[in-house]
Amino acid sequence: MSIADLDKKNGILAIVFQEVGKSTAKLGTLVEGDSLADVVGPLGTPTHIEKYGNCVCVGGGIGIAPIHPVAKALKEVGNQVTSIIGARNKELLIMEDESRAACDNLIISTDDGSYGFHGFVTQVLAGILEKGEKVDFIFSVGPVLMMRALARVTLPYKVRTIISLNPIMVDGTGMCGACRVTVGNQTKFACVDGPDFDAHLVDFEELLKRQRMYLKEEKVAMDNFISRMDQSAHHHQSHKPS
Amino acid sequence: MPEQAPEQRVKNFKEVPFGYTEELAKIEAQRCLFCKKPQCIAGCPVEIDIPGFIKLIAEGDYIGAAKKLKETNSLPAVCGRVCPQEDQCEKVCILSKKYEPVAIGNLERFAADYERETGEIEIPKIEKSTGKKVAIVGSGPAGLTVAGDLIKMGHQVTVFEALHKAGGVLVYGIPEFRLPKAIVQSEVDYLAKLGVEFKTSNVIGMLETIDDLFASGYHAIFIGTGAGLPNFMRIPGENLNGIYSANEYLTRSNLMKAYSFPENDTPIFSGKNVAVLGGGNTAMDSVRTALRLGADNAYIVYRRSRTEMPARKDEIHHAEQEGVKFDFLTAPIKFHGTEDGWLKGMECIRMKLGEPDESGRRRPVPVEGSNYIMDVDTVIVAIGNSSNPLVPKTTPGLDINKWGNITADPETGQTSRRGVFAGGDIVTGGATVILAAGAGKRAARAIDAYLKTP
Ligand SMILES: Cc1cc2nc3c(=O)[nH]c(=O)nc-3n(C[C@H](O)[C@H](O)[C@H](O)COP(=O)(O)OP(=O)(O)OC[C@H]3O[C@@H](n4cnc5c(N)ncnc54)[C@H](O)[C@@H]3O)c2cc1C
Ligand code: FES
Repeated sequence: MSIADLDKKNGILAIVFQEVGKSTAKLGTLVEGDSLADVVGPLGTPTHIEKYGNCVCVGGGIGIAPIHPVAKALKEVGNQVTSIIGARNKELLIMEDESRAACDNLIISTDDGSYGFHGFVTQVLAGILEKGEKVDFIFSVGPVLMMRALARVTLPYKVRTIISLNPIMVDGTGMCGACRVTVGNQTKFACVDGPDFDAHLVDFEELLKRQRMYLKEEKVAMDNFISRMDQSAHHHQSHKPS
Repeated sequence: MPEQAPEQRVKNFKEVPFGYTEELAKIEAQRCLFCKKPQCIAGCPVEIDIPGFIKLIAEGDYIGAAKKLKETNSLPAVCGRVCPQEDQCEKVCILSKKYEPVAIGNLERFAADYERETGEIEIPKIEKSTGKKVAIVGSGPAGLTVAGDLIKMGHQVTVFEALHKAGGVLVYGIPEFRLPKAIVQSEVDYLAKLGVEFKTSNVIGMLETIDDLFASGYHAIFIGTGAGLPNFMRIPGENLNGIYSANEYLTRSNLMKAYSFPENDTPIFSGKNVAVLGGGNTAMDSVRTALRLGADNAYIVYRRSRTEMPARKDEIHHAEQEGVKFDFLTAPIKFHGTEDGWLKGMECIRMKLGEPDESGRRRPVPVEGSNYIMDVDTVIVAIGNSSNPLVPKTTPGLDINKWGNITADPETGQTSRRGVFAGGDIVTGGATVILAAGAGKRAARAIDAYLKTP
């Protein structure tokens, strides 16, 4: 789940989410006019924006949403911005038009080749770097495995590479330490020190393991939710006037 | 005081002591000698008229006793349960020289509970509106006290709280079995009834800064953001799955009710062999929570000896009764994990007490070669908190000390910024509920004076 856009004037916050567990599935059941009990923010340290020159923003899957405001901001201060966005297949690709409007050059990839380049966003980025194109700054958000691969791709070129992490969080204000990540051999709290970190310093193995901490419980919660939804759907049906 | 039997209570989260009946309260109150020069008052950080309220209990005027308490302490139902009485009022009680001291805390709790449960809490007189607006940042005991006092003085009060529920440590930290959440909620509801506005899910410093608050029309601001940043040991393996800060562990269990997962959504991993690092109230709360979440073995691992443990005596006693094992003079030096990143053991070293340190307590020093591995799957780190930098970082001109605590006049709470006051743990570092509430009382007086100065 990510913030995809902000329209301060009209008081609109655009949030994109993928239904992967109970909470996001529940969010998915909301309809126009519904409300959330609590929305907290902004939290963490804002992405640092400056004029670097040539920037590449790389978004994988749902990560396409959070790179959007960054691409926009980078362009606004005069950077040349290329965005690479990718998904498993064409159906799952989000925000194509918005992404195109926010950058100078948009490249699309799909894992199954159903749209754009056939392969991963990291392969597209590798191609650009191999060609020797000048890249001054890379910003990326996506699944941890993708960001790990991306860090490996950009390391030899010594391009400044910033990624945005999403470890498990509880409060988001620095109060609990659930969001601990190791960056450059130091423990950081992603919710206040981050979420942006230097990709070349992040301990991805630890992050992957920590993200799996509650897999079992996440499944229990999701299964319960689905069976409750089924029951209530059933309930509604049986009460339909015949 | 009658309480739940240990073997029964480790299976539930209900409060341990049952509280006095009227009869027991009267008997206890009559033990008071009503000294001419009562030491207990001087032993109380907010100088409650202790013989005064005890006398009212002895006479059967419980509501009067509650009112007397509230003259100086806005949260008697809370303080009666969580104050370290053995270091304060009860320590200096004349009776304690020969006998048990008067159970002042239990009596305080009784009077406050009586008032709440009989529903005879009257709405106090509220002064004519002054037209002044005060913002309070943080809803712990400090913030709640300031809010209650200022609203009665006729000011308009808004409390901003980062979490989705008001109460601070009282709701997210101290467990139900020691401080029922319904009590904290009734204090918050009471303030709301007096007209205090609560804005939860509001992180000041992020959503709005202190200067934004002034710009939007507040005339004075009180900062009571507590000491909320957990310290870790900084030893290898500390980010393994199964290692929690006490704040996270307790927040999951208390505030988010993880003990009833999956009825509530927040999960908690609480294993079979749980070690808690530390010797304070937070450590006792964590270790007793672990037992209630089903641990077979729950340990307190503390690097000093029993006499140095800062926890309330009652809680140490309760923990022992419940079967907690204590490993004194022991310090962890490394965590061992599985391939998948889960904790499987904690390497410890034995300590011995050396020369006294600056706090006067004998400094523990490691015993060379005494390393061993403790078989644990869960570790809870309860070695204290540091101050949260969010507000100081975003408030130019607000002075802090080298630990990041806000510098404030102890008598008034006045900070280096005009119109900005502070009190509680954010000023003192981790302390107690009564000290936070006391700081709130003094700050409320100073804010009132500030607002009335033309
Ligand atoms: C587990 C535990 C057990 C304890 N047991 C005892 C005990 O038995 N007896 C005792 O006397 N003391 C005990 N204490 C200590 C006591 O709870 C504290 O000293 C006291 O709560 C401090 O009060 P406070 O109002 O300063 O801050 P807190 O209670 O910490 O409240 C601060 C509030 O401010 C909010 N906040 C922080 N930053 C912001 C922001 N930027 N914007 C908006 N809101 C913000 C926080 O979310 C929090 O709700 C215990 C502490 C813990 C953690
Ligand atoms: S989520 Fe609790 S400290 Fe970051």
